[in-house]
Amino acid sequence: MTKFLRTLWKHVAGSVRDLAPIVIVIGFFQYFILQQPLHNALALAGGAVLVLLGLTMFVYGLELALFPIGESLAHALARKGSVFWLLTFSFLLGFGTTVAEPALTAVANEAAQVAAGAGAIGDTTEERSRYVLGLRITVALSVGTALLIGVLRILLGWSLPLMIISGYVMVIAMTTVAPPEIVGIAYDSGGVTTSTVTVPLVTALGVGMASSLRDRNPMTDGFGLIAFASLTPMIFVMAYGSIIAWI
Amino acid sequence: MDMMRSGLQTILSTSTDVLPIVLFIILFQVFVIRQPVRDIRRLAAGIVFTILGLGLFLVGLEQALFPLGRLMAEQLTHPEFLMKGAETLDFHWSNYFWVYVFALAIGFATTIAEPALLAVAMKANETSGGAIHVWGLRVAVAIGVAVGVSLGCFRIITGLPLQAFILVGYIVVVIQTIWSPRLIIPLAYDSGGVTTSTVTVPLVTALGLGLAETVPGRSPLLDGFGLVAFASLFPIISVLAYAQLSALRERIASRRRTERHNGAESTSKEVT
Repeated sequence: MTKFLRTLWKHVAGSVRDLAPIVIVIGFFQYFILQQPLHNALALAGGAVLVLLGLTMFVYGLELALFPIGESLAHALARKGSVFWLLTFSFLLGFGTTVAEPALTAVANEAAQVAAGAGAIGDTTEERSRYVLGLRITVALSVGTALLIGVLRILLGWSLPLMIISGYVMVIAMTTVAPPEIVGIAYDSGGVTTSTVTVPLVTALGVGMASSLRDRNPMTDGFGLIAFASLTPMIFVMAYGSIIAWI
Repeated sequence: MDMMRSGLQTILSTSTDVLPIVLFIILFQVFVIRQPVRDIRRLAAGIVFTILGLGLFLVGLEQALFPLGRLMAEQLTHPEFLMKGAETLDFHWSNYFWVYVFALAIGFATTIAEPALLAVAMKANETSGGAIHVWGLRVAVAIGVAVGVSLGCFRIITGLPLQAFILVGYIVVVIQTIWSPRLIIPLAYDSGGVTTSTVTVPLVTALGLGLAETVPGRSPLLDGFGLVAFASLFPIISVLAYAQLSALRERIASRRRTERHNGAESTSKEVT
């Protein structure tokens, strides 16, 4: 029991430390720069307690479930030795976790507004929702492709810097071709695709695979999947924008 | 009552995000790998903790920090606050001092609180056998986001092209990659995508939209974007720089050690 309490205390203390900077920043600006009193301090305190509790539980669940799931799956897939299933799994994981991502839906809606404003699509609800769906599927496909390429890289031991730099070259090349109103959205979509649940899973998957394969270093080969997942959406979204404008 | 309802709604929507992923993984485990799931009770408890934890985290943020942060972004970018004491309205970029400070501070603070970054830092610490410190990595990433967001604000205010900044950033990353310790490169590339999640994106987006709305000549739809891109590019640079600095310090220390060693050797020779 005391051991449990001690672990709990350690987790809570960790969460307090993680959240202290935000509270300090917002408090400082409120009092010293904007010089305004806080309204309903009670609701604020309640919210802060919830944030604390939530972060503590999330970290606990991470160690209990998400990390072990990702790792055991990676080991099992590597032991099974079927490249086909491994790649299928990676693609589906990337596609599935992205297509329902709320942050992506929000960005896609804004993008539809921009596209309608620029005259790339008609300004009707129907055409807009078609555009949103198309964009979401495009980004989901790009993340699926990213994980597929990333896992293939771990298997074959390709050089990550070389691949990422070629990706950068493609992003720059696409930027010169794509309609200007899509560029900002495309650049942002790279950052929003990787959610709080996907990141631990994918990281555990990569590290687990690299450590169960011979001649692979978990540090240099296991990381890098997220890097692909935040690079390919930029290329795919600009391609989508160009195709829509071209049609 | 209202809070309860919004709380339940958030937890429900978190479950609809998490459960399909879990279901997919279990199906894969059972039908493709054909292995029973081990420790199923532990895993189930962990998944419940993850969902509840993330849900409560979001409800709390929505209750306490986001409204205040959004309001702050609005107030700080408001012309009335910016031009306090000035007789004429002057939208020169240097008048936005507090916006840059706020961007720096909020970029840093939200990144430290980002659960996804914590997860990756924990994994990196474990994988590197403790060579990469959880806090060292998190602070390095947070500094990158802080610089990225405030530079992004500068870009929105001045209206300079986004592509130019991103291109220069890429060139810096490529140059750094050549001279960085090989072990850190994949982690550094990953840290770009990890940083922008649950906590950072809503606050940073609010700041960008607030700026694009109030600065004359900017349209929120066209210029409000790009802050997230900055926040995911600059951590790559700062993590690589952190690794380079550590390597440099290590090299200087070892050179000093060998020098002292050689010095000791030569004096001992003199004695004999």
